[in-house]
Amino acid sequence: MSTVIDVAGLVKTFGSTRALDGLDLEVAAGEVHGFLGPNGAGKSTTIRVLLGLLRADAGRATVFGGDPWYDAVGLHRRLAYVPGDVSLWPNLTGGEVIDVLARVRGGLNDRRRAELLERFELDPSKRGRTYSKGNRQKVALVAALASDAELLLLDEPTSGLDPLMEAVFQQVITEVKTEGRTVLLSSHILAEVEALCDRVSIIRAGRAVQTGTLTDLRYLTRTAIDAQTARPADDLAILPGVHDLRVDGNRVRFDVDGDRLDETMRSLAAYGIQTLTSAPPSLEELFLRHYGDELTDEKLATAEASR
Amino acid sequence: MTTLAGTWPMARLVLRRNRVWFAVWLTALVALPVLGVPSLDALYPTQADIDTYARTAGSSPAAVAMNGPGHAVHTLGGIVVFEMGGYVAIAVALMNVFAVGRNTRAEEELGRVELIRSNAVGRHATLAGCLLVVFAADVVLGTAVAAGMVAFGLPSAGSAAFGASLTAIGVVFAALTALTAQVSEYARGAYAIAGAAVGASYVVRAAGDTGDGTFSWLSPIGWAQATRPFADSRWWPLLIPAGAAVLLVAAAVLVESRRDHGAGVVRPRPGSVTASRGLLNQVGFTLRLQRGGLIGWSIGVFLGGLAFGSVARETQDMMAENPGVRELFDPSGRLGLTDLFLGMVLLMLAMAIAGYVVASTLRMRAEEYAGHAEPLLAGALSRRRWTLSRLAVPAAAAVALLALAGLGVGIAHAVLTDDPMEVPRLVGAAVAHTPAVWLLAGIAMLLFGVTPRAAPLTWLVLAGSVVASLLGSVFRFPGWLVDLSPFERTPQLPGGDLTATPLVVMAVLAIALAAAGVSGFRRRDLATSG
Repeated sequence: MSTVIDVAGLVKTFGSTRALDGLDLEVAAGEVHGFLGPNGAGKSTTIRVLLGLLRADAGRATVFGGDPWYDAVGLHRRLAYVPGDVSLWPNLTGGEVIDVLARVRGGLNDRRRAELLERFELDPSKRGRTYSKGNRQKVALVAALASDAELLLLDEPTSGLDPLMEAVFQQVITEVKTEGRTVLLSSHILAEVEALCDRVSIIRAGRAVQTGTLTDLRYLTRTAIDAQTARPADDLAILPGVHDLRVDGNRVRFDVDGDRLDETMRSLAAYGIQTLTSAPPSLEELFLRHYGDELTDEKLATAEASR
Repeated sequence: MTTLAGTWPMARLVLRRNRVWFAVWLTALVALPVLGVPSLDALYPTQADIDTYARTAGSSPAAVAMNGPGHAVHTLGGIVVFEMGGYVAIAVALMNVFAVGRNTRAEEELGRVELIRSNAVGRHATLAGCLLVVFAADVVLGTAVAAGMVAFGLPSAGSAAFGASLTAIGVVFAALTALTAQVSEYARGAYAIAGAAVGASYVVRAAGDTGDGTFSWLSPIGWAQATRPFADSRWWPLLIPAGAAVLLVAAAVLVESRRDHGAGVVRPRPGSVTASRGLLNQVGFTLRLQRGGLIGWSIGVFLGGLAFGSVARETQDMMAENPGVRELFDPSGRLGLTDLFLGMVLLMLAMAIAGYVVASTLRMRAEEYAGHAEPLLAGALSRRRWTLSRLAVPAAAAVALLALAGLGVGIAHAVLTDDPMEVPRLVGAAVAHTPAVWLLAGIAMLLFGVTPRAAPLTWLVLAGSVVASLLGSVFRFPGWLVDLSPFERTPQLPGGDLTATPLVVMAVLAIALAAAGVSGFRRRDLATSG
């Protein structure tokens, strides 16, 4: 597999703020890559550097092997972009904007344009001023998805879409994926990322803190175990990798690190397992774990309990 | 009245957001007429000088067309009003148009008013709060001008009347913009209608003042000038602008209580579902975005040219009656007074057109800040092509608008003099202003490309050039300072010699500045909204 986006040690500062602080990111051809991080982590900045709209201060960023700052125009013929906050010209209609954006990219597929307008239920005759946030987003989505671009850079593309449209979006991206196109999807909608993405990068404060397939990431995190045993499993706490052990008579609940699961289960079996439920870590948990320092284990437990 | 709930906090918000803005405008608008007093005093130190002025410049129909009726030009105060009153009136009107538009419709268009209106704030609170501050600014302006003039020794009755007349002009145009901001869905539209009214007021007044005066009563600027400061200083004409302001505000309130938030009076029609061929081209796209303004300006400068062109001949008649005037304006005797007047008209039109061209160039900045440049530049559109297509429109518009202005002046003058050759002569003279106008666009492009935050400074350059050219002699600016104005570098046309060198130099300089700006834009980060 060839690499479409290759970013290493990327630094971008705005005055005294260090928006990107040695970011690494690799997106392979044909994959849908989830790009996660809290607000202000540097996701949009990264995408804008990849578009050549911002100039990196240090580090390497290439798209299709080219430099996005110097080869912007050539690279842009091969990619399509959906900004997170779509601002339309107030007096142009949605249809006109779609055509203008397609034109500056190098054309669009008319049949696909019509089909997408229908699937997203977008009225192209209304003027930019009168569209709601979700509909503005749809204009940008149709313009990008109606193209034959090899790479889609989507910056929170579904913010403002209703759940039905979110489903349409997921279908369309699945189709895009089967066509072998590459997608970088920045998103806060974790269900969307879990459904669509082959690999995920989580960034915080301008650095990548975690990258890999969802399976890889799950391996790195804890599984929640809830079991009834024949005898109280008091001694589990001494095992490495077991956290938050709560023993309540014959019932035992704890979290266990992914790479310690096997040996822990062997120890647990010694107590005579009668019932067992295990919950794999959700992306949400991964997310929470990597997001704020301020999130204590306690809060995580609450978040988990409320699910 | 619950619809006014929250007016006071809204007024404070307007004041807080615009304190620097108001400070700059008010300082300039007070300084202009007040500092004119000692300057003109030095220019005409004795009563004999003043009497000469009254016989010559002060009674020239050309000067009357430009400045308004000279009611008291045999006094220093009257000269100050005559020399500066007309220009200051336009500036005061424009300040009010912008002040109201930017705090009402522009805010609503950006969605900020919605945020405010969702609180315990009445429907008319934004408008009322804004008008409160703007009216107060007009009163401060009038009072400060009057106080300043008295401080320089002018009679208090005349100073007060002049100050009050400026306040009246401000209040009328603030009230008018309050209405246009309700009618148009876009701030740009509100400015356009109100700005056209300012232009029309000036032209209608000129037609009235050079005729029997009837038309002047149709113009707010005419109403204000009817106070005759330093002559008999009448106060009753101010009842007309006061009444007009009440009616306009009432109409604005009526419209605002009937319309939906965010909407104008005209409902937007559904538009084309596909882009036309013209729109797919970047120049065509830019033209489309600026279409309304361009059409409005085309009509405006043409009609303005017609109006001023049609009074030019009267200066001829006056010259026959008054040899002193000729001596004053044209000691060499080479230029006809008519040509001098026509040149002045073209200069003023060129300055207005420069205003449009600078605004059109700075649209790039607005587009970038609004996030409209980003999706286009994320396409296969180079930054160079993005800027060049957006520069092409103001560059071409400069030539076209100047030609139209010259055509208006030329046609009017040709009809009156029965000489069709006046048309090409005046079109040519008008188009000669192109390099000067381009130079200002070049400065705008340079600032936008290199440091977009500073780009509005172009307006200061334009304002400085206008003041230097129109009032440089009044303030006795040193020659080199006046000569910094690009408008002063354009040869005196019609009638004078067409010297190509300054035109070529300015055009080359304009292109060089623009090129530097384009290159700067290619090197910098795009300003992003998120």
